[in-house]
Amino acid sequence: MTFSMFVQHFLNALTLGSLYSLIAIGYTMVYGILRLINFAHGEIFMLGAYFVFWGVVLLHLPWAVAVLGAILLTAFSGVLVDRVAYRPLREAPRISALISSIGVSFFLQNLAIVVFSAIPRQVHRPDWLAKVMIVGSVRVLPLTLFVPLLSLILMLGLIFIVYKTKPGLGMRAISKDIETSRLMGVPVNRVISLTFGLGSALAAASGIMWALRYPQLQPIMGVIPGFKAFIAAVLGGIGSIGGAVVGGVLLGFVEIMLVAFMPELAGFRDAFAFVLLIVILLFRPTGLFGERLEDKV
Amino acid sequence: MNKANATLLNLAAVGCLALFLWGAGRFLDGYKVQIINLIAVNIILALSLNLIYGFTGLFSLGHAGFMAIGAYVCAMLVLSPAQKEMLFILEPPIWPFSVTQAPFFLAVLLGGLAAAAFGVLIGFPVLRLGGDYLGIATLGFAEIIRVLANNLPRVTNGALGLKGIPAYANLWWNYAWCLLTVYCIVKLVRSNFGNALMAIRDDEVAAKSMGIDVFKYKMISFTLGAFFAGVGGALLGNLLTTIDPKMFLFVLTFNVLMIVVTGGLGSLTGTVLAGIVITVLLEWLRFVENPISFGGFEIPGIPGMRMVVFSLVLLVIILFRREGIMGMREFSWEGFFRYCGRGGRSR
Repeated sequence: MTFSMFVQHFLNALTLGSLYSLIAIGYTMVYGILRLINFAHGEIFMLGAYFVFWGVVLLHLPWAVAVLGAILLTAFSGVLVDRVAYRPLREAPRISALISSIGVSFFLQNLAIVVFSAIPRQVHRPDWLAKVMIVGSVRVLPLTLFVPLLSLILMLGLIFIVYKTKPGLGMRAISKDIETSRLMGVPVNRVISLTFGLGSALAAASGIMWALRYPQLQPIMGVIPGFKAFIAAVLGGIGSIGGAVVGGVLLGFVEIMLVAFMPELAGFRDAFAFVLLIVILLFRPTGLFGERLEDKV
Repeated sequence: MNKANATLLNLAAVGCLALFLWGAGRFLDGYKVQIINLIAVNIILALSLNLIYGFTGLFSLGHAGFMAIGAYVCAMLVLSPAQKEMLFILEPPIWPFSVTQAPFFLAVLLGGLAAAAFGVLIGFPVLRLGGDYLGIATLGFAEIIRVLANNLPRVTNGALGLKGIPAYANLWWNYAWCLLTVYCIVKLVRSNFGNALMAIRDDEVAAKSMGIDVFKYKMISFTLGAFFAGVGGALLGNLLTTIDPKMFLFVLTFNVLMIVVTGGLGSLTGTVLAGIVITVLLEWLRFVENPISFGGFEIPGIPGMRMVVFSLVLLVIILFRREGIMGMREFSWEGFFRYCGRGGRSR
């Protein structure tokens, strides 16, 4: 393998990894607070991508406006999903909310088929993103550099919110103990809504960049990235934002390099992440950076 | 009510079912017979999931994987060596599949046993996990099976799938397997073994401290569930006469989960009722996806609408009636006669 090819694989892995990370943060924040695997998160990712392209194609909005509008709309969808499908089940057994999220996931997928149609759509990138740059012997799309950079900025913004602001303090408090937080005057439902909003906004950003990078839209496009990002979150230690970032990038690297170095295994690519998941759960169920949870008796 | 009377009534009920099947096979058209067949298969699948989830509390999302194993093993066994040679155009099938052909009953049984073997294999690592993690791990297992089916062309014919499977799965076979499943699971759940399972479901720590070997019971329940899921998959593959990896997506597990949740977790009667209702509804709802012509007007069909309605049904049930149709209640002849005696006015 030549050096330039390696650099290309490296950049691709970084791009894929940072896209996984952005989705994984949404899983990890919701799990940290509600102990709920939000199955519908992959569909939120898909909605973000569809919103922006329908804004551009149907409403002829400029890209910047469409992106911003789509992120806000997706964040709102995330909050709505929580309000309708999860909040009524807060006191119910945890599995009920999980089944509810599976229901929401199927609902959104099929609603997308009804509204957007099942036919895959080609995405036209803005010109400046579609030009191939040649640096030395390496040919890269501007997106390949742009995606990790923008993801990094978004993640730093999120970390600022979680660790330096008052709502962020509320999130951290709820993730430790929801009842005590409520007694201490944390507006629990509002903070949970904010968590869903932020997680969904990041998923939307990821979905938009995903659609630009791998230019196709499909109602089921969120399923596989959703599962992979969940695995990334588990890999990093679910509940830890830093863990989600590391897990996502790690999974991106492992996946791209596996295919690059062992092309004969390319067909098994989608199964590999799941094998990894089962192995992690066996040997280190709390992931790389996760806290150890004890069984309460 | 004494045992002999109950047995008599059970036999009478089976007789009525046989009469109904005979009539259905004789007088109903092929499409309706197919739906009646699907009901039996779905009941088998849902009962096996209810054993795992409803009675043992193991949230498993791996049913599509077990079904795929059952379906492939059964199909490879009932296809004749000559047919397999014609189907596998890229590479020949591996030995022993290349030369074997088994009768249908044996093929279904072996399909179930193969699924059970995978149940043991996957159960060992993942059954230590709790709750939702188990769900994700078993879901991962089903995805792995699907990817393997896609990428092992000498065993499964890859993405091309297996076509022209001889359709042995008629009403009699399906309902015989269905009754066997009902019998086995009812016997099991009512035994001491069943009590242990429910103790684990209700409070694992307490069950362990009472001396129940939790892991062993979980393992047996999971393996048995996998066996019947494999049987269901084998029958389904045979009923449809064609299988390919795309068939075993997560949506297949979703349909089974839907039946179990609708019927009521931990109610076998509920599962059987919901199996009938949901299967009929799933077929009936196809009309919203087909174009309807209405006095000269053509209303275009809306693809995807069926599953929109279905996921909404699941959401409404889980949000407003979490216990499903039956809760944890079961059918019994005593209850039935008491109900009739009061003129069916109240429960």
